[in-house]
Amino acid sequence: MTPRRKRLLAVAAILVGVGAAAALASLAFKDNLLYFYNPSQVLAGDAPEERTFRIGGMVTEGSLKRTEGTLAVQFVVTDYRHSIPVRYEGLLPDLFREGQGMIAHGRMNERGEFVADEVLAKHDENYMPPEVAESLHEPQPARVAE
Amino acid sequence: MIPELGHFALILALLLSATQGGFSLGGAARGNHAWMAAGRSAVVGQFVFTAVAFAALAWSFAERDFSVLYVAANSNSQLPLFYRIAAVWGAHEGSLLLWSLCLAGWTLAVTAASASLDAPFRSRVIGILGLISIGFQLFMLTTSNPFDRLMPAAAEGQDLNPLLQDFALAVHPPILYFGYVGFSVAFAFACATLLEGRLDAAWARWTRPWTLAAWLFLTIGIALGSWWAYYELGWGGWWFWDPVENASFMPWLAGTALIHSLAVTEKRGLFKSWTLLLAVSAFSLSLLGTFLVRSGVLISVHAFATDPARGIFILAFLTVVIGGALALFAWRAPRLNSAAGFEVTSRESFLLFNNAFLVAALSLILLGTLYPLFMDALELGKVSVGPPYFDLVFLVPMIPLLALLGVGMHAAWKRGLLGSMRVRLVVVAAGSLAGALIIGAAAYGDIRPMSTVGFALGLWVMLSSALIPVMRLRSRQPLPAAVVGMVVAHFGIGLATLGITGVQSFKIEKDFALGIGEAATIAGYEFKFAALRDVRGPNYVGVEADIVVSRAAVPVTVLKPQKRLYNSGGNPLSEAGIEVGAARDLFAALGDELGQGRWSVRLQYKPLIRCIWLGAILVALGGLIAAFDRRYRAPVTSTAGDRAVAPAR
Repeated sequence: MTPRRKRLLAVAAILVGVGAAAALASLAFKDNLLYFYNPSQVLAGDAPEERTFRIGGMVTEGSLKRTEGTLAVQFVVTDYRHSIPVRYEGLLPDLFREGQGMIAHGRMNERGEFVADEVLAKHDENYMPPEVAESLHEPQPARVAE
Repeated sequence: MIPELGHFALILALLLSATQGGFSLGGAARGNHAWMAAGRSAVVGQFVFTAVAFAALAWSFAERDFSVLYVAANSNSQLPLFYRIAAVWGAHEGSLLLWSLCLAGWTLAVTAASASLDAPFRSRVIGILGLISIGFQLFMLTTSNPFDRLMPAAAEGQDLNPLLQDFALAVHPPILYFGYVGFSVAFAFACATLLEGRLDAAWARWTRPWTLAAWLFLTIGIALGSWWAYYELGWGGWWFWDPVENASFMPWLAGTALIHSLAVTEKRGLFKSWTLLLAVSAFSLSLLGTFLVRSGVLISVHAFATDPARGIFILAFLTVVIGGALALFAWRAPRLNSAAGFEVTSRESFLLFNNAFLVAALSLILLGTLYPLFMDALELGKVSVGPPYFDLVFLVPMIPLLALLGVGMHAAWKRGLLGSMRVRLVVVAAGSLAGALIIGAAAYGDIRPMSTVGFALGLWVMLSSALIPVMRLRSRQPLPAAVVGMVVAHFGIGLATLGITGVQSFKIEKDFALGIGEAATIAGYEFKFAALRDVRGPNYVGVEADIVVSRAAVPVTVLKPQKRLYNSGGNPLSEAGIEVGAARDLFAALGDELGQGRWSVRLQYKPLIRCIWLGAILVALGGLIAAFDRRYRAPVTSTAGDRAVAPAR
């Protein structure tokens, strides 16, 4: 093989490799991107109906209810403008508390409740998921006078 | 007083780093031996003063000096001494100090061991390490000083995050950092080489043991983190593809590619510029990991800092180091030509495939890790990339990698495979497949395509590795440490593959609501919630359950999961109850009280999970054995001339 052909072959191999990797990435991306919404966005219809997504906000004080003796639990997540009830069955994380931030993964049901298959809570006292903190700091509609 | 001494020591360390960087690089450029000697002396001073600063902070923790802000924020008078010391690196400022100390330690080691190297080259290595030290020490002093005082002093500290009050996690950061920072040696060697514009086999031989040492620490650090997540986070997972885990895994992948590519560069003088690029990448990814973890851009238990000034400093530092190194690479690398050729089935081409697959996996993981940040920065919505993405993009390159690994080890340099070897390998491959089918059918009563592929690949890698010492001993060939290390490490990779396949294919995880006397059954094991009692520890109170496990009415063990409430306040913490076995772990975690005397309980059956960490230990052990190969200790001959007057350049 001449050095020229060798180099050509190497370039072709790299192109094929990079192409394969890109194809793999886009294939894997398609089904595994999780979008994050706050309750206001969900109620405004921004969130997908057919797919799972993540919802985040603060757990409303006094909203946590258990069905006695079972794993079923429900609570309300709020961004202080709008609220959405959440249903979950399973162990809540250690750091899950009323009045603190959380993120849940799941989808909306036809009754307007978010059915979670996973609940994540903040990791320490001072921590709030950045998405939650930011969505709470967005300008409140009430303040927009014009 | 002591914290101020620490602060001064840190400032002195910064000045000495500047001396180390300036005199070493300047001396090398001008051929001034006095300057180069001054740079070397600064290394010792820099290490001593960084160590003094570290000791001062440790002292403040040990003495419960809550007038130091960092101490007050991260410890508590009830915290046992061991965890008070571990709290030094329990948060942002202290972990930077630890990073800096590790770097000073590596620099000292390199300086001490490199007397046989060409003097200007040695000084360039030391100088570049000095520049990195400047960056970290400046970062600490300007944005994250661990010695900042709290006026008035706090009466009581806030406590170390209870999740971090654990042995594995106390030792995890130092080991991980030792690995991270260790790649700075390979990085400095690469930059010094690029500055000089020549690379020979001696360079690769010199870099190999240092890279192996860094890589083996990183391996242990990652394994410890995974083990901790398994038993302490309470949910029984061993890998979550969390951005922070990825941040440590990406340098590991780059480091793994680097050790393999270095082998080719040393033995055959090939892949020179590629090896240099990998050396630059491995350390750049370590820095990127620091940026991701410490700048607060990620949602994670590890994300300490949320101060934007810190993020900007790290980003600027990152740009200077990575951008500078890559620019140097683009400028100088074309000078390093390698002309030799090799056959398609030679060891060189197998190592090339190894690198291609590792880098492919690395790139796709990097893409998935950074994608949410880009989306967020461009205001295209808040997204996260789910674990299934990472599972897929990691698995796809790993299958051919492991399949080729077994053959590549037996391929000769330059030439191809030897005829008799082919027959043996076909036998081993057939045996592995048969073994995989037997494991699936006999142990789990289920033969699935992916679990069979996984078991077969694991067995294939283990058996084809074991074949090497067997054949060498039989034909009375020597068995140098480098070969033993390779065999042990690859055997460990095979074992970990078996473990990962077992857990991912056949694990069972289920949540139950159980009252006293009630039982649940998973995987043929009956878990009976037998009792609940109060417990009291040195700085916490809690409840402990007795979960009696039996199989076919034969008692197996009693699991004792706890739910703890730390006295310093804050949230409760679950301590899982785990019964360890070679073939499987049984796992119980206690959730919340549900009313009607019931508690939520998570029960898990984890087949072969221990093989993952045992495999990781073997991988690190293999690295250790290989690093002690006699050939690395032999005097470097081809770059001799250190004691002669340096030739004018």
